[in-house]
Amino acid sequence: MVTPSEVLSVLQMIDKQKLDVRTITMGINLLSCVSDDDERLCQKVYDKICFSARDLVRTGEQIEKDFGVPIVNKRISVTPAALISGGMKDPVRLALALDKAAGTTGVNFIGGYTALVHKSQTENDSRLIDSMPEAFSSTERLCGSVNIGSTRAGINMSAVKRMGHVIKELSEKTAATRGFGCAKLVVFCNAVEDNPFMAGAFHGAGEGDLAINVGVSGPGVVASALEQVRGMPIDRVAEMIKRTAFSITRVGQLVALEASRRLNIPFGIVDLSLAPTPAVGDSVARILEAMGLEACGCHGTTAALALLNDAVKKGGVMASSQVGGLSGAFIPVSEDAGMISAAKIGALSVEKLEAMTAVCSVGLDMIAVPGDTPAETISAIIADEAAIGMINNKTTAVRLVPVPGANVGDMVEFGGLFGSAPVMPLSRFSPKEFIDREGRIPAPLNSLKN
Amino acid sequence: MEEKKAVVSVLGKDRKGITALVTNVLYKNDANILDISQTIISGYFTMVLIADISGENCDFDRMGEELNALAKTLSVQIRLQRSEIFDSMYRI
Repeated sequence: MVTPSEVLSVLQMIDKQKLDVRTITMGINLLSCVSDDDERLCQKVYDKICFSARDLVRTGEQIEKDFGVPIVNKRISVTPAALISGGMKDPVRLALALDKAAGTTGVNFIGGYTALVHKSQTENDSRLIDSMPEAFSSTERLCGSVNIGSTRAGINMSAVKRMGHVIKELSEKTAATRGFGCAKLVVFCNAVEDNPFMAGAFHGAGEGDLAINVGVSGPGVVASALEQVRGMPIDRVAEMIKRTAFSITRVGQLVALEASRRLNIPFGIVDLSLAPTPAVGDSVARILEAMGLEACGCHGTTAALALLNDAVKKGGVMASSQVGGLSGAFIPVSEDAGMISAAKIGALSVEKLEAMTAVCSVGLDMIAVPGDTPAETISAIIADEAAIGMINNKTTAVRLVPVPGANVGDMVEFGGLFGSAPVMPLSRFSPKEFIDREGRIPAPLNSLKN
Repeated sequence: MEEKKAVVSVLGKDRKGITALVTNVLYKNDANILDISQTIISGYFTMVLIADISGENCDFDRMGEELNALAKTLSVQIRLQRSEIFDSMYRI
């Protein structure tokens, strides 16, 4: 039987430490919607999503009520659009259909305006990538991604070059919202097929018809648990994080199984990621600081983050029957109050963030950079991140927001869960010649596992 | 029939009749109290109550609404949650 102290401790986690389930994401396979008629394709996509996800939001809200734990987002991920867009001359029509379906079903975001071009690209892929600035600037809830590299295939440097320009164009097209369109586009290396988190969620080609994937959260719970091991050796910290991650993940597992049962859709995975929000007390940076760092980004941050990321996985993996997605600590700058203040006071640089991405999930995320950053510099940042992912067999990503008209040090407000960020400085030396070479970085030696 | 359990937690400033009024809502909604524990920590009333809610006439949502209304009248915090959340967090 549950004890009163357990009840009170869970209530405290929910009320004071912002324990929540970050997202229930329904994966929907759209391969059956393929058609040689563009209008028919869009209609089938719209109908299939609206039918499959008709009860998603309502069920999520009911589970929230029953268990008394907030479920912040209900979302949809779909088959990468480039795989179903076929001969479509104007893929933006598909973007609009996806966005409309998201509106009808009432989800916050729909992900999957995606192309997988880690080795090379088809004409469809190129058309879809070229349409991204228009697609993301003319829709509200659509998110997408491009996978430009993998450990098995190497890095598609031609796609890397193109993405620098796409991000710049998207930023300029959404100048009125300070380049916010770029928050809806992620560039990946080693993208995963069952990620429930936006903006990078898509329903991979190896997935079934439908799946329920759940992303847990709870950086605040971890940070507050560390109060109990203040001044103790670091292995005690790791133990405490493991135990806390176990409890947090159990909530995710419970919600995932319950959603799967009520919606009669197979349970996919629980993603063990620690996902921060800009709310006070919901920050990954504050966990690192609770370990004894004066400010996130100082020397020692990479080691502290490596410990955190590993302990979260060790605690979480025991708590869930199927673990997947990105499963690691996120370090978005604008979405984490601790990261924002560390960046503001100059403790956290893009270079340090890059080092941190080698030991955590996922990458350079939600970083505001000057609007006049050259496209090739953005491409080179993508290449660097992809190289870390490719060599280390992990997912890495880049979600940069070049803010039109903004300079280093300016504060940019994105609003809501996207938070705010100071515009951060980048190297002023040019990688143009390197990026202009295009081609493909060969797969690394460690890809030869067979 | 599958047994369903709920946890009702009440936190707030102590005053006469809290327990009576809360248990009355449960009674009216066909919930059977299995365990109840209450303490007062520096003037703050804390009650945790576990109830069987698998009764035929037990409507979880309606009971939740009635407890919410009661919480407003009494100026205390009352929470109704299915017990699985607590079981899953502390037990394998």
